[in-house]
Amino acid sequence: MVSPKVIREDILRMIHSAGSGHPGGSLSLVEILLHLYWKEMKIDPDNPQWKDRDRLVLSKGHGAPALYSILARRGFFPTDKLETLRKFGSGLEGHPHMQSLPGLDCSTGSLGHGLGIAAGMALGLTIRKSKARVFCILGDGELQEGSIWESAMSIPALKQTNLIAIVDRNHVQLDDAVDKVMPIEPLAYKWRAFGWAVAKCDGHDMVDIEKAFSNRTDKPLVIIAETVKGKGVSFMEDQALWHGKAPDSEQLRKALEELE
Amino acid sequence: MRATREGYVEGLLDAGEKDRRVIVVDGDVSRSTGTTAFQKKFPERFFNLGIAEQNMAEYCAGLALAGFIPFYSTYAVFAAGRAWDQIHTSICNMNLNVRIGGAHGGTSVGPDGATHQALEDIAITRVLPNMTVLVPADANQTRQAVLASLEIDGPVYIRYGRNPVAELYNRDETVVPGRGRLLREGRHACIIAAGAMVATALEAADMLSKKGIEVSVADMTSIKPLDIQLLKYLSDITELVVTAEDHQITGGLFGAVSEYMSEHCPRRIIPVGVNNRFGCSGTPEEVMTHCGLTADAISGKVEKTLKIH
Ligand SMILES: Cc1ncc(C[n+]2csc(CCOP(=O)(O)OP(=O)(O)O)c2C)c(N)n1
Ligand SMILES: [Mg+2]
Repeated sequence: MVSPKVIREDILRMIHSAGSGHPGGSLSLVEILLHLYWKEMKIDPDNPQWKDRDRLVLSKGHGAPALYSILARRGFFPTDKLETLRKFGSGLEGHPHMQSLPGLDCSTGSLGHGLGIAAGMALGLTIRKSKARVFCILGDGELQEGSIWESAMSIPALKQTNLIAIVDRNHVQLDDAVDKVMPIEPLAYKWRAFGWAVAKCDGHDMVDIEKAFSNRTDKPLVIIAETVKGKGVSFMEDQALWHGKAPDSEQLRKALEELE
Repeated sequence: MRATREGYVEGLLDAGEKDRRVIVVDGDVSRSTGTTAFQKKFPERFFNLGIAEQNMAEYCAGLALAGFIPFYSTYAVFAAGRAWDQIHTSICNMNLNVRIGGAHGGTSVGPDGATHQALEDIAITRVLPNMTVLVPADANQTRQAVLASLEIDGPVYIRYGRNPVAELYNRDETVVPGRGRLLREGRHACIIAAGAMVATALEAADMLSKKGIEVSVADMTSIKPLDIQLLKYLSDITELVVTAEDHQITGGLFGAVSEYMSEHCPRRIIPVGVNNRFGCSGTPEEVMTHCGLTADAISGKVEKTLKIH
């Protein structure tokens, strides 16, 4: 497994060279994606269209830089492509576009779509008697979309245990802290009330993440991963201002220096 | 050069000053739509309802029913698209005084790519009964569109962008629903444009003029209701019409102009717009070039069609 630092460096360099993008919500995703792509998901980088692969729906599509770095480091495409993020014709679209890049299981970017799509995929896999699973990563601000809760209601009703939802609980959205814009707590209670099994973990601790994923229940599982938006870069951490802003050269230098 | 977003925000501030019924609602994109300025000035009349566009549209329907003039703003792709059923059934069906600000209209949001580029918003708002659709061409005109909306009885959709565009109008030139503007007159052809494409159309007219082709350029700020007097006048002075829009060809300005002219004053009408495809990442200029939204494309179509005639 590559180290979280490598992924974070990629993310910062990519967004810097693109001149736009979303560092905060990409940096908070790193350990979750590392776990998924190195430990959890059955995938084959040489055969990205393998029918029985596990699938990921990154419902918070603006976290694309993190996913692109992970896919490249995992061997889906060459790492030197990473610096073409958001450039015309590069395939590394601002938000994931599955026809443009190998390894993407779904196109996303408009919040609130992913959980329903993941549910449909999971249902299709069940009908096909495939053992493959579907993982869906949601932003915490994204949970304000009503459509999420429509899916949250149907997934337990259809007993869809081949789907695992992960909430990137970084407590910040675009404008401000989630608590200030539109509170979503008590969050675990809400999911449980809808019929889910809830696991919590430190979303930056690989051991803790693994433990959360190892939960086996007869209900669909949602993992609430406590994370830090902008994780690893002091001046970006917990800052809504760094939700969608590219670091300039000086900020990039400082940020890279800080990474552990 | 200023983004029309700046004019939208200035308009909201002036509207808030002028009319205490004005309320501004946003969906967790207030730093992108620019409504933070309104929040600062009128905190008691600003509400951020989070990432929930459909709920935001319903709140505005309710606020309008309670006697207010709510403006909700988010990216145009979500403002018009995500909440379309709410706009159709609650806002338009009850003919409510809701104003919808569609930010990042067209390709202006460049690098964010297909999911964030609103290329269908004009079509899906224009099709709704009772709706007024305004697509201003520069910042001053956008400010005026916001102010003009205060006088309209019923829902209004205002599209604006974040990419700087040339300034064409002075601050006091008003926007009137059902009125466009003839910016340049020539009889070989006419270009009817809206939004960011108006400045591009003027560029194309300059290029053509150097080749001895004189075209009219009309700014169709009010896509609904259309300026039918202007269309009739243009059909009197020219045989060839080219429409230019930062939007799908289907259902937008080309659709609106074609619908009217085919019935009342038929002329050859050629579209410049996005041809049945999604957007992609790139600078706004790259995406516009890719989609054929350039002065070259407009002048090329005029030349080619005139030659065939
Ligand atoms: C439907 C929709 N509305 C608005 C946006 C604009 N937007 C992009 S990211 C974002 C904030 C997301 O916050 P959160 O879900 O908490 O993500 P994270 O903190 O992980 O970046 C918003 C409002 C969008 N992409 N889609
Ligand atoms: Mg968040």
